[in-house]
Amino acid sequence: MSVLIFIDQSEGHLKKASFEAAAYGAAVAKQMNTNALALVLGNVADGLTQLGNYGISKVYQIQKDIFNHVDAQVFATVITNVVKQVDASIVIFSHTQTGKAVAPGVAVQLKAGLVTGACALPQNDNGFVVKKTVFSGKAFALVNITSPIKVITLNPNSFGIQMITENATVEALEVTVPNATIQVVATNKVSGEVPLSEADIVVSGGRGLKGPENWGMIEDLAHVLHAATACSRPVADAHWRPHHEHVGQTGVQIAPNLYIAIGISGAIQHLAGVNRSKTIVVINKDPEAPFFKAADYGIVGDAFEVVPKLTAAIKEMQSK
Amino acid sequence: MKILVCISKTPDTTSKIAFKNNNAQFEDAGVQWIINPYDEWYTLVKAIELKEKDPSVILHLITVGGADCDAIIRKALALGGDEAIRVDTESDDSYVIASQIAAVAKEGNYDLIFTGKETIDYNGSAIGGMLAAKLQVPYLSLATQFELNGSEAKVTREIEGGEEVDAVTLPAVISCQKGMAEQRIPNMRGIMAARTKPLKVVPPVAIEALTHIVAYELPPAKAGVKLVPADDVATLVKLLHEEAKVI
Ligand SMILES: Cc1cc2nc3c(=O)[nH]c(=O)nc-3n(C[C@H](O)[C@H](O)[C@H](O)COP(=O)(O)OP(=O)(O)OC[C@H]3O[C@@H](n4cnc5c(N)ncnc54)[C@H](O)[C@@H]3O)c2cc1C
Repeated sequence: MSVLIFIDQSEGHLKKASFEAAAYGAAVAKQMNTNALALVLGNVADGLTQLGNYGISKVYQIQKDIFNHVDAQVFATVITNVVKQVDASIVIFSHTQTGKAVAPGVAVQLKAGLVTGACALPQNDNGFVVKKTVFSGKAFALVNITSPIKVITLNPNSFGIQMITENATVEALEVTVPNATIQVVATNKVSGEVPLSEADIVVSGGRGLKGPENWGMIEDLAHVLHAATACSRPVADAHWRPHHEHVGQTGVQIAPNLYIAIGISGAIQHLAGVNRSKTIVVINKDPEAPFFKAADYGIVGDAFEVVPKLTAAIKEMQSK
Repeated sequence: MKILVCISKTPDTTSKIAFKNNNAQFEDAGVQWIINPYDEWYTLVKAIELKEKDPSVILHLITVGGADCDAIIRKALALGGDEAIRVDTESDDSYVIASQIAAVAKEGNYDLIFTGKETIDYNGSAIGGMLAAKLQVPYLSLATQFELNGSEAKVTREIEGGEEVDAVTLPAVISCQKGMAEQRIPNMRGIMAARTKPLKVVPPVAIEALTHIVAYELPPAKAGVKLVPADDVATLVKLLHEEAKVI
């Protein structure tokens, strides 16, 4: 019996959400008095021993070129085989694009109960109960997993990491890998920018900004904060901004430490995508805008005046 | 070409989220039910577009649920599709739901199975991947574009930090999201036609649930907003730095 944490990598680098999954999995292992093992698929050169800092005792690595792209069926089969080989009873993923693609297949192959979007450690006093977000962050469900093997995907930015100073051992695994089921024709990675789903800070603009030509000040503010940019649905629908920036119930759901909403009214469907943010700042010229009810801090004022001043004030603070 | 589109019913996006029976059940009194937006806007409409391009395409819709789903499935049929199948059982376990759909899908020999990327109530993102594993066919998640070429498909999908274009030989399961298609409003002719389209109710296969929802919780209420005057952004910066500790 052990806990196996799938560690996602992209072009040889470990993903931020994976460290969080590692720490979560290690905490689950501790609850159960067992070991936290990690699995890395693909060619990652550095940093694997550092997974020990997050409570992982051993990292299994399978280096094959086929893992350069996530083929859901191939990943699911390989991970399933490793789970059996190392006798894991709990399998943890991050609830990211990769986790969403692969975890359901692993659950089926192991006939394991699956909880996606977990946001807290399991409660073991009465079954094995995992808390997950439902209704797009407007509520939580407590889900009891009754199967012997359990699969969990963890919402990014929902578990507090405590680092320790330990090194993990790394061991290469040999397994047979099934044939690819898809053929990758092209990849298009957004480079340079901070990806929205990984950003600690998100600066977001709505219809109040009047037009795409006014996004310069949003980008300036995002730049000084090393933040990602996002937008409301009508803004993406009008092609002022690309679709992948659309947050909300029908777009991307995010949970950054800081979400700054500028010229966004705060419709319930928008809030559903951002209400798990730790701190929300709203800048809106209408004091009655519903977003203020969901905000921690607010400024009632004209974005065109407030935002450049805010950027300047942050720069000033940073220079001190 | 046979396509199966998975349809789920969800509360309207503006529904008040509350619970009853000691927080064990969703309070559905007064709730408007809709087709899960991902299933409707991006998934069903894409399948309808494929059928419009090639009228020989056979398009079936499937839902798993009680008789209270019939209104939703008729609404979906008003947008398009040849017939609908309802598997007559209820479950809050994605493994059970996926197993029911897989049983029908196996029988029907579909070339393509479309699901929405998730439902807006349970937020599971699990059915597509589970179906693919059950049927042992490729799974392409979070698709934003889809092109069909005989028995091959080209799928653009969201991956970590960008997108990927994949080629796949059918059969396959695809989960769909924004970009696949645009929302449509059903017209009168569609609504009339939907009344006479077949809606087959089939009994479930025996599957044991692997998970059970034991209770729901609402998040704690926010403490209330701290307003800062518009001409004093320095105070906001100070609060974010010293109090919230986020910058
Ligand atoms: C089923 C469904 C799903 C939906 N999904 C989503 C979703 O995922 N995401 C989403 O965002 N929306 C979604 N919507 C749409 C949502 O209901 C709102 O219409 C949308 O969020 C409004 O966008 P907005 O706040 O940018 O624009 P508006 O509501 O027009 O608000 C603009 C705001 O800007 C303020 N403003 C104007 N000028 C200034 C200025 N100079 N300075 C400061 N403030 C100013 C105004 O006071 C106003 O509050 C959905 C709707 C439905 C029905």
